[in-house]
This record gives sequence, C-alpha cells and structure tokens, in this order.
Amino acid sequence: MALQLERASGGRSREGSPWTGLWAVVAKEMADHLTSARMRILEALIVLTAGGTVYAAMRSLRDSVSEDRFLLLKLFTTAYEPLPAFAGFLVPLIAIALAFDAINGEFSRRTMSRILAQPIYRDGLLLGKFLAGLCTLALVLTAIWSLIVGMGIIGLGIPPSGEEVARSLWFLLASIFYGGIWLALAMVFSIVFRQPATAALASIAVWLFFTVFWDILAGLLAQSLRPVRFGFAQEILAQAQLEMALARISPNTLYTEIMLPLLHPTVRSIGLLLPSQLQGAVLGAPLPLRQSLLLIWPQFTGLIAVPILLFALGYVLFQRQEIRA
Amino acid sequence: MSELVIETQALTKRYGQMTAVDGLDLGVHQGEVYGLLGPNGAGKTTTILMLLGLTEPTAGRVRVLGLDPARQPLSVKAKVGYLPERVGFYDELTARENLTYIAKLNGIPREEARRRIDEGFARMGLSEVADRRVATFSRGMRQRLGVADVLLKQPKLIILDEPTQGLDPEGAREFLHIIRSLKSEGITILLSSHLLHQVQAVCDRVGLFHRGRMVLEGTVDELARRALGSSYRIRVQADGAQPVLTEALQRVPGVVNVTPEGSNRYVVEATGDLRAEAAQAVVAAGGRLLALDVEAPSLEDIYTRTLEEVEHGPTA
Ligand SMILES: Nc1ncnc2c1ncn2[C@@H]1O[C@H](COP(=O)(O)OP(=O)(O)OP(=O)(O)O)[C@@H](O)[C@H]1O
Ligand SMILES: [Mg+2]
Repeated sequence: MALQLERASGGRSREGSPWTGLWAVVAKEMADHLTSARMRILEALIVLTAGGTVYAAMRSLRDSVSEDRFLLLKLFTTAYEPLPAFAGFLVPLIAIALAFDAINGEFSRRTMSRILAQPIYRDGLLLGKFLAGLCTLALVLTAIWSLIVGMGIIGLGIPPSGEEVARSLWFLLASIFYGGIWLALAMVFSIVFRQPATAALASIAVWLFFTVFWDILAGLLAQSLRPVRFGFAQEILAQAQLEMALARISPNTLYTEIMLPLLHPTVRSIGLLLPSQLQGAVLGAPLPLRQSLLLIWPQFTGLIAVPILLFALGYVLFQRQEIRA
Repeated sequence: MSELVIETQALTKRYGQMTAVDGLDLGVHQGEVYGLLGPNGAGKTTTILMLLGLTEPTAGRVRVLGLDPARQPLSVKAKVGYLPERVGFYDELTARENLTYIAKLNGIPREEARRRIDEGFARMGLSEVADRRVATFSRGMRQRLGVADVLLKQPKLIILDEPTQGLDPEGAREFLHIIRSLKSEGITILLSSHLLHQVQAVCDRVGLFHRGRMVLEGTVDELARRALGSSYRIRVQADGAQPVLTEALQRVPGVVNVTPEGSNRYVVEATGDLRAEAAQAVVAAGGRLLALDVEAPSLEDIYTRTLEEVEHGPTA
C-alpha cells in the first residue's frame, strides 16, 4: 500500500505538462474527421435534415406568419411528423460517429505504441481526441444551425430579432454540450471495447435505452417506490417528484428541459408547476432571455458536468490500459 | 568500458501470478548493437516497454540515457526511437503525412521537419512513394518507413522489436544492412529477435532470454565458448598414413578429439579456430593437405543447447 502511494505520488510529480503535444493531436484528428468518408455521410445528413426541417416548418408556419413574435425559434421546434426536430436524434448520432473508434481504432491499426513512444502523455492524446471531436461536432451543428436560420429567413421573409438569434445561439451551445455527452460516452466505450463495432453498438444501445425505455422505467420505479395508497395530494406529489428526479438522470431529459424554455419563451417553469409559482404571472407572456437562462441553469451545469465526468472515467480506464496490442 | 546507455537492476514485471520479466540486470554500452534473444513469450517486448516507460515495472530500477523512464518519460521518449513489433501507420494518410504528425508530436519546427523527412525518405529509398497512401505499401516498405519515422527525432538510442519479422530473406538482409549503417553513425541499438542467424550477423553482444530471465550473455564468440566448450569442428582432408596423421593432429594444443572419416578425411574438435596449426601438423607429419574447413558454432547451436540446459538441467 505504501509502495503504491509512493508510486502514485511519483506519477503526479512527472516532468512537463500533461498536455504536451495536445494541439498536434487536435489538429491531426480534426483533419482526419473533416476529410473522412464518415464526414461525407454526415454532410449529406446535415443538408437533408436542415432542408427537411425548414421545409416542414414552413408548411405549417406559413398560415400563422405575422402573429408570432418568435417565428425563427419555431423553425427548430416544429417538426414534420416522420422527421424529428433536428437535434433529438442527429446530435447523438453525429457525436457517436465521431468517437466510437477513437482509441480502439489506434490499437487495431497498431499505431498506438508508435504514437505513445513519442514525447506525449496519454492525457494529451485522449483530451486531444475529445477536443477534436467536440470541435468537429460544433462545426457540424453550427453549419446546420446556419442553414436552418438562413433558409428560414429567406423562406419567411422576416428578419429575426436579436433576442431570437440569442436564444437560438444558446440552444446551439446546449446542443453542442449535449453532443459532448455522447461523444464522451462513445469514447469511453472505445476504450473499453477492442472492437469499434461493439463500441458503436454499445453507445447506440445506451442512447436507445434513455430515449425509449428510461421514461417508462422512471414511471414504474416511482410507482413502486412511492405508491399512492390513499390518494393524498402529498402522495401524488411525492411520486411525481421522484419520477421527475429519476427522469433527469437521462441526458435526453436534461436536454429537453433546456430546449423548452429557450425555444418557447412563454415557458416559465420546467417540471411541476405549482399554483403558487403562477401568482402574479401573466400567462402567455414571454419571459426575457435572462429569466429563461436562470430557469435552465441547473440543467445546463448538469449538461456540462456529465461529459467531464465521463471523460474522467475514460481517462482512468485509459491510463490503466496495457499498450501492447 | 564506455558509459551505459541502458541499465537495469533487478527489473521485474508481474502480471498477476505470471512473471513476465524476472530480476533482469541489463547493461548496454554506448555505440553497441545489443540483441535480446529468446523464444516467444520470453519477456522481450515487456522489457522494451518498461525501458520506454510504456509499462510500469513491478520492481527494480531502470535507467535509459541516465533518465528514469517512469519519472521522466518525455525526455526519454524524445531521445529514444522505438520501432514496435509489426508497426502500424495511418493507412488513409500518405507516408509524408504520417511522419509529419510524428514530427509535430516531437515539436520539431516545420522547416526542419520537412528537411529531416525528405532525408529519411531518401535514405530508406522511399522518396518515390513519399506521397502515396500507406495503405498501398508492402510489408518491407512499411518497415523502412518505420525506420524513417524513428530517425526523425535523431535518436541516440534505437529500440527495434522483432524488426525483421515478416520480411523475406532479401528484405531482412537489407534491413540488417540498415542496422549496420546506423551503428556506424554511433547510434546505440537494442533489438529483439528470435531469428538467431540475423542477431548473429549484426549484434556486438547478445542476451539470451528464457521465461523472463537472462540465461546467458556475451559476445557471440564468448557465448560459443561458454556454451559449447570445444566445439569448433575443423574438417581436414589429407593424403597420408592415417595413424600418423591422426596422432599428429591429436598433439596440436587445443585439439580435443580427432575422428578419422573415410580414407583421407578427419574431423578435428578443438577449442578454437586451429586451421593453421592443423595444416602445419599435417605437413610436418609428411601428409599432403587437400582441403581444410572450419565450422564455427552457430548461435543456433548455442541457443538450442542453452535452452535445453535451462529446461532440463545441465546435460553434460
Ligand atoms: N497484459 C498482460 N497480462 C498478462 N500477461 C501478459 C501480458 N502481457 C504479456 N504477458 C505475458 O508476459 C510474457 C512475456 O510476454 P512478451 O510479449 O514480453 O514476450 P516476447 O518475448 O516479446 O514474445 P514474442 O517473441 O512472442 O513477442 C508472456 O508469457 C505473456 O503471456
Ligand atoms: Mg514480443
């Protein structure tokens, strides 16, 4: 034990910055992402999604033009039935596609030992890969955002207000961090599984689990843990609160709860709305951006914290990994 | 002796119950070509990984170029070139792009990097294919690209893990030639292999590994003497009275045994290369010398003999 501690402290006092060579990795990985065949497929998806979203939104919005103050935001939320609003499925998909072979790909190409024999720490390699993925993701999402906003302005013929642009930019930022979660998750799986296909499948399985099953499961769990026996208001409230707390474990819930107040300025509370919270409020009056941001702040911190935690987990796993293939 | 470039003391690596490297004491001198020799699973790769700080030793001390690879990995890795077993490259990138990435990781300025990369390609005969994707490269080309990659950081020490594995005889010969030219520049080289004759051809000293232990160490000649004793076999063909010539050869100092074969052939077992002495003895005894030939002990013999001894105890 003492020996281990000594070794651990020795590890911490190692020479140089852990981020030596970080930018070389970021530059190389980003160049890889942007020139890969995978990117061509994603680009096609981007154009299809942006085009589809705007087209669908236009059809349902044309009639109500002039009435709504927040027309631009509607573009992001009004979905044409078979096509979900752009963020819901595309962000995780892109994120997973960018990271599922980050580490195991280096092993299967037998490049890992050659790269780690250069003056660079594993920290730098892992963070470099993550940052490159995040930057690529940001680039892709910004492209989609620009396409939607641009086509929307042309199609609707009304210039958006500053507030609308600000809200949609915050939404863009939230989407990038939401993508960061799936990016970090796929990266962890790329460390755990030696086969890239397994890592991709595992990532998609987790996404499906949270998308399809978690809400149902949260409901069931809440019912069994806080059963409503006598029909008291407290009982019902406790059950609903537990269900919501459980639901918030899912990054999808976090993301939705952020998306709602940002894109629907009239939303003034996420989760349960008690009558006391409504006092003095004019129903239907939009909140200023600052108020909406205050509302989502806890969720936003969660959205940033999850990728960091996942990255830390990946870091620990990667440090312990044997280098030989 | 000149200064030690690699030094290990009681270096040990355990994976659970399994001891991969067991109390290894290794010393490699400046400018030397040292061969780590041993069968599969002997612990060669594990030793190399510990030298580079890519795996942490369970116990023992390592110094590479005077540095501790566990504490100062960046300095060690900036000075030591490592060509892994069956080296891999990014297939979708060109040879030049692959090396440019390595140059960036080493913090070599762009202009300087371009110069060194072109130099490396020219030296390895890869200039023609420098801008082709590595996916199109043959095994031998990849191996030479690996050397160009290693040379990029102008290393003082180069570690090669099974460098000739998977090369055809011609390719392997070429590669051994490269190793010799690196040695002539004063670069210290540690290479691992289980192909004995190749190690014999380039190494100044050899360490024989077995189950994580070094069972024999020395120059190829030393090893031969130690492991085989009197095992230079000199074949003499001479006309003359057989008993007289046998007697004469037997009297040469250093000769252990003489066996006549056929009417005019003799096999002389000696402790060294005694061709000149044997010839003299034959002539002095009135024989007509027809042919003279010596069989130096091959590392192959030493290797087989030593491993047998290690496994079953001394045979003699
Ligand atoms: N991560 C690991 N976990 C458990 N045992 C391991 C691990 N890595 C290596 N070993 C064991 O350590 C021993 C030494 O392996 P090593 O790769 O160093 O041998 P080698 O001399 O390089 O053999 P080869 O000629 O096959 O490359 C082997 O028996 C191997 O099974
Ligand atoms: Mg090996």
